[in-house]
Amino acid sequence: MHPAPSVIAFTTLSGLGFGLLAFLGLGLPPVSGWVAFVFFALAYTLAVGGLLASVAHLANPKNALKAFSQWRSSWLSREGIAAVAALLTMAVFAVALIFFDLRLRFLGLFGALLCLGTVFTTSMIYTQLKTVPRWNMWTTPSVFMMHALGGGALLAGQTRLAAVLLVILGALMVWAWIKGDEKGRAGSTLETATGLGRIGKVRLLEPPHSGENYLLKEMAYQVGRKHAVKLRIFALGLGVVLPVLLMLALPVTHFIGFVAVLSHLVGIAAGRWLFFAEAEHVQALYYGK
Amino acid sequence: MTTLPQTTEKKLGLVIDLDTCVGCQACVVSCKEWNTSNYGAPLSDIDAYGAEPHGTFLNRVHSFEAQPETGCSQTVHFPKSCLHCDDAPCVTVCPTGASYKREEDGIVLVNEADCMGCGLCAWACPYGARELDEIFGVMKKCTLCVDRIYNENIPEEDRVPSCVRTCPSNARHFGDLGDPESDVSKLVAARDGMDLMPELGTKPVNKYLPPRLKDQPSEATLKPEHTDAKGLFAWLDKALEKL
Repeated sequence: MHPAPSVIAFTTLSGLGFGLLAFLGLGLPPVSGWVAFVFFALAYTLAVGGLLASVAHLANPKNALKAFSQWRSSWLSREGIAAVAALLTMAVFAVALIFFDLRLRFLGLFGALLCLGTVFTTSMIYTQLKTVPRWNMWTTPSVFMMHALGGGALLAGQTRLAAVLLVILGALMVWAWIKGDEKGRAGSTLETATGLGRIGKVRLLEPPHSGENYLLKEMAYQVGRKHAVKLRIFALGLGVVLPVLLMLALPVTHFIGFVAVLSHLVGIAAGRWLFFAEAEHVQALYYGK
Repeated sequence: MTTLPQTTEKKLGLVIDLDTCVGCQACVVSCKEWNTSNYGAPLSDIDAYGAEPHGTFLNRVHSFEAQPETGCSQTVHFPKSCLHCDDAPCVTVCPTGASYKREEDGIVLVNEADCMGCGLCAWACPYGARELDEIFGVMKKCTLCVDRIYNENIPEEDRVPSCVRTCPSNARHFGDLGDPESDVSKLVAARDGMDLMPELGTKPVNKYLPPRLKDQPSEATLKPEHTDAKGLFAWLDKALEKL
């Protein structure tokens, strides 16, 4: 699948932002006043920035508001609604906390659940696609959720908790890679795609056109697969191992925290790039890819 | 709503005969011609006369080669367009309500006034039947020529999809696949019509008729068989061989 920068930025940044918001809703850390303002500003910048990046992915953004209408069937629509609900709920919580020194515990808890719900709905946009077997697994929501929780804990300064959550994230990432490699195209072949398997082995003799098209650009992306191993090492090393070591081995100063967050962000972005780039779509079979 | 109808009154669709398709691409051209000038935004071409021409098509013809265990391979020309699936995953993923399946005839359409160009429906389709138009930013797909089949302003024989009307080898058939008595349903039954990628559970309405088995096994004989030369030619053959 084509790794669009807007979608990578969207899932990475908004995941982190909603993760941090969830922790703030739970009162971790128990900040108030201006310190709370800084935390909330950071969380909202990440979450809203990510969401805005996703709008850049649309070819016809003037109809974007209509995306709130189809929550009964569409995970993308549910995500939009969950995101707005989470941001509004947490905004009320944040205003009460910052300006009135009032901690609305139940509202915070409810907001935290909405934040995690938003990340879950984001992950389901990918998980629901049977056409991309590597995404169509329980590991996809788990990795997205643990990325939000681990990264959120890191940003919220919950050092020990962050280390534990990131280790779980790392294990899930490795498991998803192994299972994804095993699964391949989940039994779909050029023989099932054309129905010509009843004659024998099928190969593409001639593609329908000599040039590029939308389908090839979007769904037969092949650069990522060749660098898969390197990118996995980057994702695991920077996204998980280095931040965990920093959290556990050193006294965590603001600077160390900043390095850990930056490393995590770069690692997760690499992992997310690979998430798209190495995912194979069954329709590419028709092009012999 | 992008939820799918429980049942549709009719299941209009195509039956494509892989035995008779000659891969002439006439259906590709006629589809492009009709659909670029009628329903919805045109099908744009980019760099049409340049080095990297590309554009939007609703119907494309691939060519495959199937190799049986023994004997010659079989070349199969393979037109592919939207299969108007009963359980269309492209419809349910749509967040704006632009994609829908019609209750009256089962045609899957895109209401371009609602499409935001997110491309998720194209990801959900296993067949590569949807293409996002690069210039107009909306999703394009086969409409089963909905603006021809009910069109009383054109002669009756033209009230079929453009590709069907054009096909010179009669490899494309149009009709109600929900009615077991229809010509297309009988054709599917008689020729063992099949679904593409049935394992994905999309329940396509369009069916493909597999190529008929050869009546006699074919063997490749690409070696020249001129061993029976006599007289002057036998001498020439020998002489040339020695050179």
